[in-house]
Amino acid sequence: MTDLEKIRERMKEWSKEVLEPVLKKFPERKAKFLTEEGFEVRRVYTPLDTEGAGWEYLEKLGFPGDYPFTRGVYPTMYRGRPWTIRQYAGFGSAEDTNARYRYLLSIGQTGLSMAFDLPTQLGLDPDHKLAWYEVGKVGVSMPSVKEMDLVFNGIPMDKVSTSMTINATAIEVLSMYVAVAESRGIDKSILRGTVQNDILKEYIARNNYIYPPQPSMRYATDLIIYAAQNMPKWNSISISGYHFEEAGATPAMEIAFTLADAIEYVKHVLERGVMDVDKFAPRLSFFFAARTNLFEQVAKFRAARRMWAKIMKERFGAKSRRSMMLRFHTQTAGVLLTAQQPLVNLIRTTIQALAAVLGGTQSLHVNSYDEALSLPTEESVKLSVRVQQVLLYESGVVDTVDPLGGAYYIEWLTDQIEEKAWKIIDEIEKLGGMVRAIEVGYPQREIAKAAYEWQLKVEKGEIPFIGINMFVEEEEPKIKVLKVDPKVRERVVSRLRKLREERDPIKVRDALDKVRRVAEGEGNLFPPILEAVKVKATLGEISGVLRDVWGEWRAPEVY
Amino acid sequence: MSVNTLDATSEVKNIKRRRRVLVAKLGLDGHDRGAKVVARALRDAGFEVIYLGVHQAPEDVVEAAIEEDVGVVGVSILSGSHMELVSDLLKLMKEKGLNVPVIVGGIIPPDDAKELKKMGVFEVLGPGTPLRKVVEVYEKALEVNN
Repeated sequence: MTDLEKIRERMKEWSKEVLEPVLKKFPERKAKFLTEEGFEVRRVYTPLDTEGAGWEYLEKLGFPGDYPFTRGVYPTMYRGRPWTIRQYAGFGSAEDTNARYRYLLSIGQTGLSMAFDLPTQLGLDPDHKLAWYEVGKVGVSMPSVKEMDLVFNGIPMDKVSTSMTINATAIEVLSMYVAVAESRGIDKSILRGTVQNDILKEYIARNNYIYPPQPSMRYATDLIIYAAQNMPKWNSISISGYHFEEAGATPAMEIAFTLADAIEYVKHVLERGVMDVDKFAPRLSFFFAARTNLFEQVAKFRAARRMWAKIMKERFGAKSRRSMMLRFHTQTAGVLLTAQQPLVNLIRTTIQALAAVLGGTQSLHVNSYDEALSLPTEESVKLSVRVQQVLLYESGVVDTVDPLGGAYYIEWLTDQIEEKAWKIIDEIEKLGGMVRAIEVGYPQREIAKAAYEWQLKVEKGEIPFIGINMFVEEEEPKIKVLKVDPKVRERVVSRLRKLREERDPIKVRDALDKVRRVAEGEGNLFPPILEAVKVKATLGEISGVLRDVWGEWRAPEVY
Repeated sequence: MSVNTLDATSEVKNIKRRRRVLVAKLGLDGHDRGAKVVARALRDAGFEVIYLGVHQAPEDVVEAAIEEDVGVVGVSILSGSHMELVSDLLKLMKEKGLNVPVIVGGIIPPDDAKELKKMGVFEVLGPGTPLRKVVEVYEKALEVNN
């Protein structure tokens, strides 16, 4: 009898002798236990679920830092280098944001993550009519290189790594960062950080797009190519599933849509014919959400890693290990924060952060408990950093690589999610790739449907949610909320007007003309935009030129 | 502007009261999960929903509300600009003689919610509001309006 046969035999006996008598007396709480993805969870997992299904250790897992990277992208993981503690932050004026960054660094944060306000994300200067109310609200206002200089006042740009959530205006904003660094004698080749630059997910879920998909893809590709040639330590894109999850996507949808976007970016860069896949792929990075459903989330991260390695190796013929590594940032799921009993959110985010760490994340943002009510205060954000520090220093979960690897349940779940995600990717391929799929509204529709179904399940009590459909308390939350100073916009706008008066108008005009010529033609947009930023052209002016050339995108509204 | 007009059921036509409502994302904020779920729930509850989508200025909302002759205006804001945007919306509605209840959804701190109601907002619906309650509030707003 083989080992598997022995296990099968013994399981039958166990079922009869041990399990059944107990079930008769104490039936289980539910007829079916389901994961968020809808997989039916078995009572107990054994080698019959893994080896029994033809499971091979070397093929499925291998070793960390080696193909297919299921166990992690680095051979020593957190034993060597901890994940980067990187809280997404930014609000008000450059001075407010500078103060928040210094505070975060002072309490042990190890990398910066810049949030920009909506006008900055949509290419509008703060004195634009549509921008006025939004200045400094969800991030810092960044109309010119002057503001970037103030944000990084006293912060060593050669040492800190900076991530920027900026997409439709990614080249303008990264150019400001480069221009400030250069003005301080720091060469761009040593700058470390990430620019989100993932426009596809804006059309699918996040909605901060400006131009139509085709020119936007050219813009994103220009940045990837320029960074590969000039900024070898900079992650030129952060291909994001987080926003899909936030909009309603299931775990398999989240990674499938993200990887389908990634395939599209790789195809676009290769089509330009200027560089080999191993020249730019090592600097593609990813961004996922961590929900409270612990094991399924861990399985999701592991499945995504294995799938990306396979895509790069088999489909795109990558040779470098670094091209096959799915390195990712994680943010805990904002949609699982409740405004009701807000302190309970601290417990949720701790479990979510644990999922990210057990899933092998490279950097992490933990949401603050008050964020279903407003931007986080210093006090609440400190607890988010502390959650990460407790996991890193006290819990011991970092002491070995991929501690859940080999657990029958985790490996079974990883396989299930992978299988489902491949099916979704096949669907998108059949539609002609992600750009086409977006144009016909496929991912948007799937996400909206999943969001509605989730909501109905919460309302029916099928998905338990403390404070929402169980253990409900009527009392209103009494917490301190952060208010953005309304004087911010006057300050930002008066500085912008001064900059416009003091700069050389001829240089600005020439630089903007150059941007226009390149946008109309075929060159890389990064150098002329960097030049324009340096002569103090504003974000709104540069973006205005591109709007003029490319037009604006109006999305089909699907719900 | 992209406008979807969706008849939920044929019953709608038999109801004399205007059961037509507008849902829009006011301002530059792109977080549309809540607005879409609410639009869908209202549709399933038999309302005719005009869903305007993201990036709507107060002018766009008022213009569409008049053109489509809606009985309730629902706006969703998660960017923190709710006080200013809603104040502009209410002012503009008054100027244009549009007298229908306004419902606000999104990330609205409790004190602001009180303030908004003082300004004339019919109801503020924050995160975690059950869809049953959302539908009830829209029903009630329609009654007030008729």
